Amino acid sequence: MTLSYPAEFKYVKSHEYVRVEGDEATIGITAFAADQLGDVTFVELPAVGSKFKIEQKFGVIESVKSVSDLFMPVSGEILAINDRLEGEPELVNLDCYGDGWMIRVKLSDPKELDSSLSADQYKEFVVD
Amino acid sequence: MTTTSLKETPLACWHTEAGGRMVDFAGWNMPVQYKSIVTEHMATRTAVGLFDVSHMGEFIVEGAKAFDFLQHMVPNDVSRLSEPNRALYTQMVREDGGTVDDLIVYRRTNDYLVIVNASNIDKDWQWLNQHVGQFEGVKLKNISDATGLIAVQGPKAVDLFAAVVGDWVRDIGSFRSGEATVDGVKIEFGRTGYTGEDGFEVIVAADKTEWLWKLLLDKGAAFGIEPCGLGARDTLRLEAGLPLYGHELTDDISPIEAGLGWSVKLKKDNFLGLAALRKQHEQGPQQQIVCLKAEGKALPRQDYKVYNGTKMVGKVTSGSQGIFVGYPIAFALVESESAKIDTDLAIEIRDKHVPARVVSRPWYKRK
Repeated sequence: MTLSYPAEFKYVKSHEYVRVEGDEATIGITAFAADQLGDVTFVELPAVGSKFKIEQKFGVIESVKSVSDLFMPVSGEILAINDRLEGEPELVNLDCYGDGWMIRVKLSDPKELDSSLSADQYKEFVVD
Repeated sequence: MTTTSLKETPLACWHTEAGGRMVDFAGWNMPVQYKSIVTEHMATRTAVGLFDVSHMGEFIVEGAKAFDFLQHMVPNDVSRLSEPNRALYTQMVREDGGTVDDLIVYRRTNDYLVIVNASNIDKDWQWLNQHVGQFEGVKLKNISDATGLIAVQGPKAVDLFAAVVGDWVRDIGSFRSGEATVDGVKIEFGRTGYTGEDGFEVIVAADKTEWLWKLLLDKGAAFGIEPCGLGARDTLRLEAGLPLYGHELTDDISPIEAGLGWSVKLKKDNFLGLAALRKQHEQGPQQQIVCLKAEGKALPRQDYKVYNGTKMVGKVTSGSQGIFVGYPIAFALVESESAKIDTDLAIEIRDKHVPARVVSRPWYKRK
């Protein structure tokens, strides 16, 4: 299986992606992270309305194999969380960039994205 | 700087080529999964799973006093192997009651075959050799490197094995063994396993292991076979309530504390560790391995603390999602006062106390 990294997304080294749309963004984990975790069994997400700074922990993801924290790739306020993951956590494995998204945020500082990685840079980072 | 090279089974190349995710398991380069742990777990529960367990150790015990030696070394009663082609689950125990390893002893026509955990091959070999002196004429042989071991497990495992070896294998009972020649290759097998399912564990020469593996996979396609890695092996044995050395059994946890009292025969005249185990049995063990069924979705993991009210009473020894039963499960070592069935305990998971009830073993029992 080849793992894909959509060119129009931004990435961070803690393996979250950011899909920016105006001053909002959709966030989830990358195909590399989902593949490393294996079968996802549980995703713990924050309350809508809560605010986080970049690199702050916003949730937890568990797979049969291991448990990891989820970190904010940008600062912002939670506008929505993906309720489907409550009953279908496997969506993270099946479609991490689509139905397996995690949170939608209002960006508080879009300039932060300047220091994130492009798809090519992230791909290089995970290959090493 | 030191470099250590990982040991490999005869199937290491096959695993890598099949896309197995290779990890260091007790010094062995082994696949943790191929497709996914859930896929492999469910295939073994509903069809058939194939496992490379060639990393496990095989010793031969021979000589006129081989029976006396083994009877001295293990708490179970080796006289139950009253004729060849019988197998016995047991342990080796230290004088203080702690467990050296758990193992299966097979009686063959002229000797005994002992199968031990991969992580304990060197330790067991030393332990056996340390005690063999007083049994004149007993010879030990370590054939681990020359031997491949494949487990075929699941509700379709016997159908598959019968298709490969012959219908007569269906008549081999649980914890019985046999041997056969398939396409000129000699195999030995026991109706044993480590998944909670029916099936066989098959011994074959190292250089014929890949041939047998491919044959079983090929014939197994019609039965829905999946090759399974160590990840599924662990979730399957846990769900079936089977202990894993290093977790539920250790140098500090006795078979009685691990809930394996059924395999400890205190009426035997003597064996290593008898006094300590007898005392534990009479006084009741201070600590015991219990089965917990946890609420919620967060998974218990090894070393998480277990509470009874505000008092910490023990720790998780193995935990996971019960993939087939559908809820989080854990083995925990707890103080005996908290070990009764239906006791409500809590597991500390990321600073939260998650309710967990002591339930009877195992979580999963095949129909």
